[in-house]
Amino acid sequence: MSNPTTPDPGPTPAATAAPDDAQGMTVVARTQAQMVRRRFFRHRAALAGLTMLVLIVLLAFSSIGFANVPGWWDKDYWSIATVENGGRPTLSVVPTWLGGDGMHLGEHPFGQDNVGKDYFALTMRGVQQSLTIAFIVGLVGTFIGTLIGATAGYFRGRVEAVLMRFTDVMITIPLLVIAAVLGRRYGDSGIVVLGLVIGLVTWTGLARLVRGEFLSLREKEFVEAARAAGTSARRIIVKHMLPNIVGVIIVAATLAIAAAILLEAALSFLGFGVQDPDTSLGKLISTYQTAFSTRPWLFWFPGVFIIAIALSVNFIGDGLRDAFDPRQNRVRD
Amino acid sequence: MLVFIVRRVIISFFILLAATFVMYLLTANAGNPLQDLQESRAPNRDALIEARIRLLNLDTPAPLRYFIWLKGAAGCLVPFALECDLGQSIQGQDVSALLSVAFTQTLQLVVAATVLAMVLGITVGIVTALRQYSGLDYTVTFSAFLFFSLPIFWVAVLLKEYGAIRFNDWLADPTVPIGVAVVLGVISGLFWMVVIAGDRNRRLTTFAAAFVASAGALWLLSETQWFADPGLGVVVIAVTAAGLAFLTTAVVAGFTYRNVLYAALASAGIGIVCHFALDSVLDDPSGLTIILLALLTVAVGLGLGYGLGGLQRRQAMQAAVLTGLGTGALLFVDRLLGAWDSYSDRVGGRVIATIGARTPNFEGTFWEEGLDRATHLILPTIAIVLISFATYTRYTRSSMLEVLNQDYVRTARSKGLAERGVIVKHAFRNAMIPITTLMAFDFAGVLSGAVITENVFGWTGLGRLFTDALNRVDPNPVMGFFLIAGTAAVVFNMLADIAYAFLDPRIRLS
Repeated sequence: MSNPTTPDPGPTPAATAAPDDAQGMTVVARTQAQMVRRRFFRHRAALAGLTMLVLIVLLAFSSIGFANVPGWWDKDYWSIATVENGGRPTLSVVPTWLGGDGMHLGEHPFGQDNVGKDYFALTMRGVQQSLTIAFIVGLVGTFIGTLIGATAGYFRGRVEAVLMRFTDVMITIPLLVIAAVLGRRYGDSGIVVLGLVIGLVTWTGLARLVRGEFLSLREKEFVEAARAAGTSARRIIVKHMLPNIVGVIIVAATLAIAAAILLEAALSFLGFGVQDPDTSLGKLISTYQTAFSTRPWLFWFPGVFIIAIALSVNFIGDGLRDAFDPRQNRVRD
Repeated sequence: MLVFIVRRVIISFFILLAATFVMYLLTANAGNPLQDLQESRAPNRDALIEARIRLLNLDTPAPLRYFIWLKGAAGCLVPFALECDLGQSIQGQDVSALLSVAFTQTLQLVVAATVLAMVLGITVGIVTALRQYSGLDYTVTFSAFLFFSLPIFWVAVLLKEYGAIRFNDWLADPTVPIGVAVVLGVISGLFWMVVIAGDRNRRLTTFAAAFVASAGALWLLSETQWFADPGLGVVVIAVTAAGLAFLTTAVVAGFTYRNVLYAALASAGIGIVCHFALDSVLDDPSGLTIILLALLTVAVGLGLGYGLGGLQRRQAMQAAVLTGLGTGALLFVDRLLGAWDSYSDRVGGRVIATIGARTPNFEGTFWEEGLDRATHLILPTIAIVLISFATYTRYTRSSMLEVLNQDYVRTARSKGLAERGVIVKHAFRNAMIPITTLMAFDFAGVLSGAVITENVFGWTGLGRLFTDALNRVDPNPVMGFFLIAGTAAVVFNMLADIAYAFLDPRIRLS
């Protein structure tokens, strides 16, 4: 949302629906943010997704720790140990009064892999890496897409022609293909670099979207007024126009993160993503897919985490879309 | 319109040119194509390196090397006049030959799956739009979100385990325990209850009927050892064909005038008669025979519709042709299943395959070979359909809801049109306009191969060609692959724009 200290540049589409439009400008801006927040928190699926995502993030980063901060889980993801009980998971969730073994984590809740690494720690590491990559991809892609789309939409003319033809060129190359080629080159440079280069090619859809919004926004009176007052192009774009489409951008960014989770998993599965000794959820599945018939848990746990993350981020994105643009909801009444 | 198209074609051409350039530079920098040789300890190492440098023109800088490649590739645009030369792979194979082999495999794999995903997705999308905020709507919405979030390789591995390995184990002694039959019956009952909806009485009746029918059928099939040697049988085919006739009539014309229904039923009847009449022809036909029969079916259907249609000649022709083709497809499946027993013996009971496009060195009758292909196709098809079906459902649903809210739909209703007419003629057609764009994009993406699916299921299609070549840092096959993928993307993108302008005149005028 726009900064509450700057006056709202004009009635945004959703703000016109607010009943208390007549009050002061700043009040409208704050009400808008509150309305979005309220609509979002009423969206049950989105709330469930948000809860699930927060829990997963907390679990992944608190259990084995990150950087040099230690976590509460006493095993690490690289030590080789003796394989106990065939590496079977010791996690039990069925309480004793239902005939189960009671609820406990045990020594190796997700089991061990074939050389005895603790699979819980390994999976948590995978979740951390996959989330980091997806987050970087989402941020970089969103930033570049917004930049290119806004520049093309605001300046029009030759700038637009060049930028949009460039977008057309990039859109022609299937995402998985260009990401695989880049991953082949940068996969072993660490996950941050990998996230950055994948982000460099995932902006095309958003650029088109932002340009479309800007084309109609730039004809609005408040933009004309700002221009007539001699405001610089940069200031018009950042302060007057972008706040009006922040909803579109946030939703696109969320969905881009969900897509990036799956893209990273697919790349790592094909061998063009995260490389040894690093790991990620996709890489775990790829490494252990042949073990499915003998040690199915090596395959199930990372898969369930990928689905849980992608599903919750998708739900959050859906909730955000409904919150920012309630017109799309309830078409029939 | 013509100016629009010509402009679009010229722009597309230059976009493709630029895209190949970008891709060529990226591929050239993807890795070191000499790595395996530099690490090798072969005595003639230097000579091998020298030979590969010459083969791939590695002594030319990459931007200039692109033009060498482009010169060869330009020949592919002008068939017959110039030679199509896409270079050679590291092993010295001609890329154009590799591509044509891989392309046929990819086409076999993806065309059926994509069409199926479209038909299913659009149907489900329309039904959920018509039953907005029903239990079905929520279920489908949730499933769509779930399918969006599924990694396709994960699904594929699961399918291999449960759809093939465990299923084949089960086929050795195919009985359905009573408990399982009851559970599946309950699931089916719930499903139909949600789909048909209505008041409480109707829901309960639906549930009971679906439960009894499904559980009973399963029990019966299990008792008669149907799964060991499946088939449809002429009674099932006849009943299904009649049902098909009613269904197509309901969609195409409704039951106000009976002529359409008569034409459709006649078409189904002739199909059943042909089942007996053509018995000897269909014993071991060639592919050409099947195509000819399909054409004949269309012709007969058109004739029936024309003769019996009366006032609704056009609808009758559509209904008759659709019913005829549907009946034909049923007969085809029945014949395929007829080969099940002998096929199962020949492959040692492992009927559903997990790897490849066909059993190596397998030769048999037309039906056995057909079944061989079908059993190889079924799992990758399910994987592809699961993933892309969700997109279609969501898009169709929202597009349909938007159209149903338009003034002209209200007008159509208020002037007393039957609901069928409103949905099929006014709403559906307009809702499909944005979907055409999606279809075009999807087809473009599909032609570049289902990269992940092909890798998991061991198909040697375009996607596999790409990943293998990229692994070896073999630039020419990668570029050959991209030439197909990029051309498909550009051409279908262009077709989408043109189709859009054609279907929605507002685009053209503005």
